[in-house]
Amino acid sequence: MKEVVSFTERLAGLGSQRGSVGRGHIRVDGVTISFGSGRKTHQAVMETNLDIRPGEFVCILGPSGCGKSTLLSSIAGYVRPSTGEVLVDDAPVRGPGPERGMVFQQYSLFPWKTIAENIVFGPKVAGRPKAECAAIAATFLEMVGLTKFANAYPAELSGGMQQRVGIARALANSPSVLLMDEPFGALDAQTRLMMQESLLEIWSAFGITVVFVTHDVDEAIFLADRIVIMSASPGSVIADLKVTLPRPRSSELATSEAFMGLKRACHEAIRAESLRAFAQQSQ
Amino acid sequence: MQDALKPQVAYAGPTLVAVPPAPGETPRGGGRPPVVEDREGPPSVGVVVAQAMAGWFQTRAYGLVVGCIGLAIGLGLWQLMSANKVNFFINFANVPLPGAVFAAFTDHVMDREFYIHIEVSVLRIAAGFCIAAVLGVLLGTVMGRSRFGAALIAPYIEILRPIPAVAWIPLAILMWPTDEASIVFITFLGALFPVVINTMHGVEQAPEVLVRAAKSLGASPLQIFAQVIFPAALPNIVTGLAVGMGVSWFSLLAGEIISGQYGIGYFTWNAYSLVNYPDIIVGMLVTGLLGTVSTSLVRLLAQPLLKWQRKAR
Repeated sequence: MKEVVSFTERLAGLGSQRGSVGRGHIRVDGVTISFGSGRKTHQAVMETNLDIRPGEFVCILGPSGCGKSTLLSSIAGYVRPSTGEVLVDDAPVRGPGPERGMVFQQYSLFPWKTIAENIVFGPKVAGRPKAECAAIAATFLEMVGLTKFANAYPAELSGGMQQRVGIARALANSPSVLLMDEPFGALDAQTRLMMQESLLEIWSAFGITVVFVTHDVDEAIFLADRIVIMSASPGSVIADLKVTLPRPRSSELATSEAFMGLKRACHEAIRAESLRAFAQQSQ
Repeated sequence: MQDALKPQVAYAGPTLVAVPPAPGETPRGGGRPPVVEDREGPPSVGVVVAQAMAGWFQTRAYGLVVGCIGLAIGLGLWQLMSANKVNFFINFANVPLPGAVFAAFTDHVMDREFYIHIEVSVLRIAAGFCIAAVLGVLLGTVMGRSRFGAALIAPYIEILRPIPAVAWIPLAILMWPTDEASIVFITFLGALFPVVINTMHGVEQAPEVLVRAAKSLGASPLQIFAQVIFPAALPNIVTGLAVGMGVSWFSLLAGEIISGQYGIGYFTWNAYSLVNYPDIIVGMLVTGLLGTVSTSLVRLLAQPLLKWQRKAR
């Protein structure tokens, strides 16, 4: 227990050093994203508006194929909205950028770079001096508890460890926004829970905005300040729930009355939508 | 040999890895490698290295022993057929005996001129192969990254690739100012296509998620190429280079048979003209050996760049 506290304290030190507080305001303004053209046009995201406060932890929840990842991609800058605009700190998003860190579902570490080299990829391509990169590597390796693996290659690490490096790599670039696309989807339940807890610690230390895409209701409730529920065809927001559960949160929370209530609310929203979609399809 | 090896085991320095264990080392002390007492640093390093080496030897020894048996059988058959001048569909009457080939070989090993032949061939390979490596990686990258580039270059690759090296000889002689240049050109052509095609595949297969990750970390297009696409394609590029090295020997021989005054291909062809049959086989075997050695050299030189691959389970 004591160790956990000191870990949190160390993180708090890290976060205040980097001072991202006050940045990371995301505005999704009437965004429609469609692929293809003519008759084959597929609308992945339809007329979506979102306003995410700096420092907020938002989960985008929905079934697969509802366009939640596409929406995240438009914030990341990989996908251009067909209409509408995404603004981060009042600047329109024109492409991927270092102020928006990205954590992917699949392991996306560079297999030919060591763990330390992976972590300092951002600072290094930005031309930061060698000594500074070394310091950043040491700091973030410690943050994710992988100092021992500094010179290991990603293939030598477990899935959970690799994903921790993925988070460290994104944060080492001191972004104002962290975008996470089902980052724990491929992990086993145990590892997943641990990763969720440590993500919350990191988030509270850094105070940066997190947009976290998931299809797991429990995960969304456990992590988020706010849950945005999306539905499929065309992808649009059907519910926007506040999560007022106290922080810091621990795994015991999952059995509390409040948690259950939220879970019911989420399921109802999703169920109503699924039924509607099902009825539509059978017509 | 064994005495020279022992103190090295105690140091367990990095140079040790390249030294194969002497066969007598392993069984001592009940089949376990000698335990090395180490006063400073981790005590087990020497043991670990020795064990790894013993393991390496065991796995290699199997291949080595079986390979030698296979070769011995082949040599025996050759001896049998040639000695009895078997002429059943294939004619062995004019095939020299293994002993005669070996004698010719040992003669040439003493002869300076033989090394000139080898040197000239190696230099031609080096020139042709290096140009092919640079140009092939460049063209392959363009084809792998750009649809326009692929559409523009692909027809050339597809049409020119099946043309055998020998078919290029007349045109090469007409086009290039010297015989030397035309031989290097033919060598270059042989190596080029495997390099282009493998590079293209490697570049195409560079995982998109890694490119996206690099973009979101602020990498410029050039940085993405140098740090993501190129390393991702490197295993394929190395394969292309290794295959290309083999093919360039193949082409070189064709070029040297027609023109030139030196080179291992010229040596082989000349032996045929002079009715010196053992030398034909010496030339062939030396070519095979040089091809194998140069191909291994390509893989060996690339090894440090690919060490991340070996760590994957």
